[in-house]
Amino acid sequence: MSKWETVIGLEVHVQLGTRSKIFCRCPVEWGGDPNTRVCPVCLGLPGVLPVLNRRAVELGVKAGLALNCEIARFSKFDRKNYYYPDLPKAYQVSQYDCPLNGPGWLEIPNGGETKRIGITRAHLEEDAGKLVHFSSAKASGVDYNRTGVPLLEIVSEPDLRSPAEAGTYLRTLRTVMRYVEVSECDMEKGSFRCDANISLRPAGSTRLGTKVEIKNLNSFKGVEKALEYEEIRQRRILEKGGELVQETRLFDADAGTTHSMRTKEEAQDYRYFPDPDLVPVVLEEEWIEDIRRSLPELPATRAARFVRDYGLPEYDAGVLTSEKPLADYYEAVAAAADPKLASNWVMVELQGRLKEAGKDIGSSPVSPENLAELLNLIQEGTISGKIAKTVFVEMFEKGRAAGTIVEEEGLRQISDTDELTAVVEAVIAANPGPVEDLHGGKKKAIGFLVGQVMKETRGQANPREVNRIIARCLGLK
Amino acid sequence: MNELRELSAGELAGLVAAGEISAREVVEDALSSIAARDGLLGAFLRVDREGALAAAAAVDEKMAAGEDVGPLAGVPVGLKDNLCVRGREITCGSRILAGHRAPYDAAVVERLRRAGAVPLGQLNMDEFAMGSSNENSGYGPVRNPWDPARVPGGSSGGAAAAVAARECPVSLGSDTGGSIRQPASLCGVVGLKPTYGRVSRYGLIAYASSLDQIGPFARTVEDAALVLEAIAGHDPRDSTSAPVEVPSYVDLLDRPPSLARLGVPRQCFAEGMEPEVEKAFRAALEVYRKEGIDVVEIDLPRIPYSVACYYILSTAEASSNLARFDGVQYGLRVGQEEGMLEMYRRTRQEGFGEEVKRRIMLGTYVLSSGYYEAYYARAQRVRRLIKQDFDEAFSRCEFVLMPTAPSTAFPLGEKTADPLQMYLSDIFTIGVNLAGLPAVSVPCGFSADGLPVGMQVIAPPFQEAGMLRAAKAFQDQTDFHCRRPEADRDVSPPAGKRGEQAG
Repeated sequence: MSKWETVIGLEVHVQLGTRSKIFCRCPVEWGGDPNTRVCPVCLGLPGVLPVLNRRAVELGVKAGLALNCEIARFSKFDRKNYYYPDLPKAYQVSQYDCPLNGPGWLEIPNGGETKRIGITRAHLEEDAGKLVHFSSAKASGVDYNRTGVPLLEIVSEPDLRSPAEAGTYLRTLRTVMRYVEVSECDMEKGSFRCDANISLRPAGSTRLGTKVEIKNLNSFKGVEKALEYEEIRQRRILEKGGELVQETRLFDADAGTTHSMRTKEEAQDYRYFPDPDLVPVVLEEEWIEDIRRSLPELPATRAARFVRDYGLPEYDAGVLTSEKPLADYYEAVAAAADPKLASNWVMVELQGRLKEAGKDIGSSPVSPENLAELLNLIQEGTISGKIAKTVFVEMFEKGRAAGTIVEEEGLRQISDTDELTAVVEAVIAANPGPVEDLHGGKKKAIGFLVGQVMKETRGQANPREVNRIIARCLGLK
Repeated sequence: MNELRELSAGELAGLVAAGEISAREVVEDALSSIAARDGLLGAFLRVDREGALAAAAAVDEKMAAGEDVGPLAGVPVGLKDNLCVRGREITCGSRILAGHRAPYDAAVVERLRRAGAVPLGQLNMDEFAMGSSNENSGYGPVRNPWDPARVPGGSSGGAAAAVAARECPVSLGSDTGGSIRQPASLCGVVGLKPTYGRVSRYGLIAYASSLDQIGPFARTVEDAALVLEAIAGHDPRDSTSAPVEVPSYVDLLDRPPSLARLGVPRQCFAEGMEPEVEKAFRAALEVYRKEGIDVVEIDLPRIPYSVACYYILSTAEASSNLARFDGVQYGLRVGQEEGMLEMYRRTRQEGFGEEVKRRIMLGTYVLSSGYYEAYYARAQRVRRLIKQDFDEAFSRCEFVLMPTAPSTAFPLGEKTADPLQMYLSDIFTIGVNLAGLPAVSVPCGFSADGLPVGMQVIAPPFQEAGMLRAAKAFQDQTDFHCRRPEADRDVSPPAGKRGEQAG
């Protein structure tokens, strides 16, 4: 066992899915020409004032409830003062000592069990703009489109014990945030960003070691890689009896290493104080309860219910509840068809097709009702599972209903004993060799005969019936 | 024509609405008054001749079409240079904003336009509203119309002087620690600071957001009521603006004053004021007493702490509010070729004046890690106690009377070397801002050498109507508001003509 224990805490910035910015009416959209989604307010022009977006507070509370946080009945906004060209007012409006969401927790999977990770707080703040560096000229530009986009900063307790666990926490957090429809959490578009704090301490110690903050983490893999690198770097220093410097380090994704950005001594004094342009946020019980009632069943709870009510394996339940639209889709199918069959078809056939077509569940050409109809045709023996796959392709590509395809293309399974007996007798007559083999004890030869019958019936014969009839005709036991 | 400038805003609007004179005539008279006098006074930084004439023409067209022209039809209004007018340069009296044009109208400008008023141009002020003499302007001082060798007060010095000198009947200023009332007192006009939240701050370039409030200057209480009624009211763009109904201040003025008891804080005599001011103030109290109104002594025990408290809170907010003037987006930019940090440093070093830098440094210091509790947090507690003092006072009297300033207008240059002495000019006005109360300064007498003295009537929150009635009750018994300053006679500008500038 390692004599060092790794201690990790994460700060995650989740972009709240509002239509407009947090303090003005400019639209929140990704990309766009620089400085096309700005107004005097988000540009911080002289004389303007902020007005809080109610929806941002609502989504913030929703996220807080999903993370089991204490929702503050009274919270306020503070100014974080620092100079940078992407910050037009030279202060960021954030929440300092009275955050919207107080302590809470998130349960993450931990080898069949779950582990509870503490949430310290989750507060609202505005995003900054982006610097654009022109390689041709000795100059930089600023794009303020992102300025004023609402963020929820979710700070975890230092409860994570390994880079992998940090990764699991991030994935779980992302699933929950997407589930409650608070954010799209798209790391590539910057709507889910993470800074990590990591320190090491002698195993068994309860005191925290000197921590290092890592910035510039742009993917889940990146977070894990940066933490793994940092874990080793710190252990080497400590094992040599060295001391760590409290500092902020930047992750270089290409090199897979971190390098120092600034030490604690160089850290800025942000001179936080209450923003006098905004009034405190006072929440009414009833409003919080309304939001609580609007919360969907969370993924962990839902997965447990899928196992219990639908008899699904835990793995399947986990996959099906990883995204709310997928779980909703599955439940709509399971409501009208066999739940286990539904699980297989949604996970394998549908997900496979969607992936191939570059679509998501929300834009599936096959509705849950249509899929249920198809599954019921299999269940009733109207079509075989094999035929069903062909029918499904047709449904997916042409958007037609299962029943219609089966009828129009005459794909109905033949279970009629007389009709099948006639075909079987003909196949036996035409294949004396395999029949001999069968009589001689080569039981596998029956497969060939069944195949011939299937071929004659263009796959529509009920294979179980065919087996039975062949056995009867040849007097087999 | 010459007598138009002697008329009140109410009278002018009445004549325009009756079709007796055109808005154009009113505005042209104001422009010629400015041309004749402002070379000496320096009240206006920029006169918007074109914009004013166009706005006047719009009023006249409405008249011709038989439409409602509004309660301030054709009334020219000067605006302190921290109130945004769409498309016009706005500098806050600072070199750092030279050339910056506002892309939108301040809420008060919108409301003035809706009431038929005509924005006339930008009035000189102490840089970023920091000062009590207008000597901190980046564009030269303003002279007091009663004695051009003296200051008009500040920071809204231009707004007070322009009204006193009959360059415009009314103007708008802003009051953070006395910046409307103190210059009103020194220039012998009426200056009103509304309840915090009564008037939208949207489009007012902030000095200290939790204290700033926009208000009118006028020559009579009636005109102050008229303008306040036009600019007051809730604005969804200002989160601190109060959703409190605006009564008709003008109509309510005519109600018989139900005044029974006025309070005078014991502390104001202890704080040291010029004998001439004390004499005028005591005489003013007698005017009320003669009307059968009780004038009782009250206690505002924490008032002596107001200046210290104010210079912590206001500078803290200012250090943050003024951080955006960094040369990145607008206004002055110096030293960009030397890199980002050097650009910040040089732009701010060269763009800001001494007093502004002093307050930014003070504000930065009090918010610094390790000092926040000792200064900012403690000052916030003192602020609450001062508010409590007033709450208690208002349980004993309806309104509080105080001198507006401890002295009459002082000579230019007298206090510029001593910031602390200058800060004490606001000793009687600052408490009102800290408590968020409304107050109006009215002329209440003259010193032996003919300089005006002002008295303020302070009211509980949103009691502007009663406050104005109490002020009018005094005005009705006196004629101080009728006296005209020396500089109100046309004078030719001395060397170095300022006056009308292209804006």
